[in-house]
Amino acid sequence: MVICSVLGLVLAVVLGLAIGPTPLSISEIVRNIAIHAGLERGPASPIQNTILWQIRAPRLALGLLAGSMLAVAGGTYQGIFRNPLADPYVLGVASGAGLGATLAIVGFGGVVGATTNLIPLFAFLGALLAVTATWLIGGRGPRTSGATLILTGVAVATLMTSAQTVLQQHASLTSLAHVYSWLLGSLASATWSTVLTLIPYIGVCMAVCLSIARKLDVMSVGEVEARTLGLNVRQLRLIGLGAASLGTAAVVSAVGLIGFVGLVVPHIVRLVSGTSYRRILPISAVAGGAFLVFADTVARTVLSPSELPIGVITALVGAPTFVAILSRREVSL
Amino acid sequence: MTILEVRGLSVQAGKKDLLSSLNLTFEAGSWSSIIGPNGAGKTTLVEALSGIRPVPADTVYIGGRDLTTMNERDRAQALSFVPQNPLVPKGMSVRSYIALGRTAHQGAWRSTSPRDREVIERVATRMNIVELLEREISSLSGGERQRAVLARALAQGSAVLVMDEPTSALDIGHQLQILSLLRREVEEQGACVVTTLHDLTLAGRGVDRLIVLNEGRIVIDGPARAALRDPQLSAVYGLRLEVLTIEGVEIVIPTSQ
Repeated sequence: MVICSVLGLVLAVVLGLAIGPTPLSISEIVRNIAIHAGLERGPASPIQNTILWQIRAPRLALGLLAGSMLAVAGGTYQGIFRNPLADPYVLGVASGAGLGATLAIVGFGGVVGATTNLIPLFAFLGALLAVTATWLIGGRGPRTSGATLILTGVAVATLMTSAQTVLQQHASLTSLAHVYSWLLGSLASATWSTVLTLIPYIGVCMAVCLSIARKLDVMSVGEVEARTLGLNVRQLRLIGLGAASLGTAAVVSAVGLIGFVGLVVPHIVRLVSGTSYRRILPISAVAGGAFLVFADTVARTVLSPSELPIGVITALVGAPTFVAILSRREVSL
Repeated sequence: MTILEVRGLSVQAGKKDLLSSLNLTFEAGSWSSIIGPNGAGKTTLVEALSGIRPVPADTVYIGGRDLTTMNERDRAQALSFVPQNPLVPKGMSVRSYIALGRTAHQGAWRSTSPRDREVIERVATRMNIVELLEREISSLSGGERQRAVLARALAQGSAVLVMDEPTSALDIGHQLQILSLLRREVEEQGACVVTTLHDLTLAGRGVDRLIVLNEGRIVIDGPARAALRDPQLSAVYGLRLEVLTIEGVEIVIPTSQ
């Protein structure tokens, strides 16, 4: 599984760089990289430079970051809640971000001073607001359980979504179209500055999630027994959910709501590699990045030059794969 | 030596008293069993001792320390608890399952240490499950599984072992096997074992001391042999109980309603 996902990642990266309206051959890509690395002399084609380094590479990097973070966050949520249905959006991240983005688009036209894009900031704040509200309402009591928290998340999400609907009532058709395209998620706006902004958030959140893998294994005997084994369950929940939610919020603010990656990738990894989170989380990081880059390559090529929303592809590819695996093996945590 | 002490412990649920000002001390190298009819407060008591159920300050002391001042980690190093129906995770090997017992001895970044591995081997040997270590815990039979759960509890390396109904899911052969393994822990390791048992016929086997609870109060507290013959025992159950001694084993049987 480790080898498979790493190979998949390499393949995804190569295809992601090569495929597009202007196809580049692998030898062209290798030559261009070699020139940039100073290993080979000679002028690189300026067109290739632009396509490779200003368009495809940042998009690829964003896809890798987003896919890894969503998959790791999903795995972390599943471990903490011991619930196979948990995904990165379970505590209201998605609906909070949706509300934030809608507010930015409908209220401010999405930009301030024609340059500053407000959508990521608003989406990020909305996501954090939703998760914090969920935690403050459902996660603080001394004997609160994972189930309470999930149900509170459902309530907060419903509230956020209804607020978003109210906003949409006052929106122009152009704004609505903008909102919907954001909700479906896309990597099209990727730039190096987006990638660089995301790296610190995702780096820290991912490291925290990976560092609690051992404790997630202890959680597999349930909250009560985990406590008697010496695990501070409340602290684990706060740290794990905090890191997974912050990382997800950062991803969502940059690429919109890409579904299915966070739910399906950790499950597929679990079915193949066993139930220890010390394997599930790192492998999910690699597999999630590869999966999202593949999905994005498909999304931008099948209807080229126009693009399909990436969420459509993750669902189209992910759902049948998931069903095929489930039909052969029983899912469990 | 007293390791576990209960001072004036009362537990309420709403307005109902589950436990009313209990005073108890538990010694190293001895096995106490809590018996009593359903609803007497047996499980409430072991949950209170184990920190699963919150207790007021200055009521439970483990190794001289107030339970309410201990964090999860300290408590897990001092006391192991086995619930009546442990949750069995799927896809986990017996070895990894026993390793969970080492949680309180591991740092966040450290992986299983040589000392952890040594402890796991040792408790697996004591529980006769060395040959099962690589099997999946969910594939074990009831008796094997209970020994694995016991091994996990022993891996915690604590002085006190609290078990809620350790034999309730087992057939008679495996019940006796678990009881004799527990007896050995008491004799050879000097463990302080506290169990609840609802089955009176087993109550006299291997146990040093019986604590009889009824409606949250201690009715009888004394050596097992004497407690089983205490006339109050019949009153607690609303039955006439007779104790027979067959080949040195005390057997309690109800003779009439």
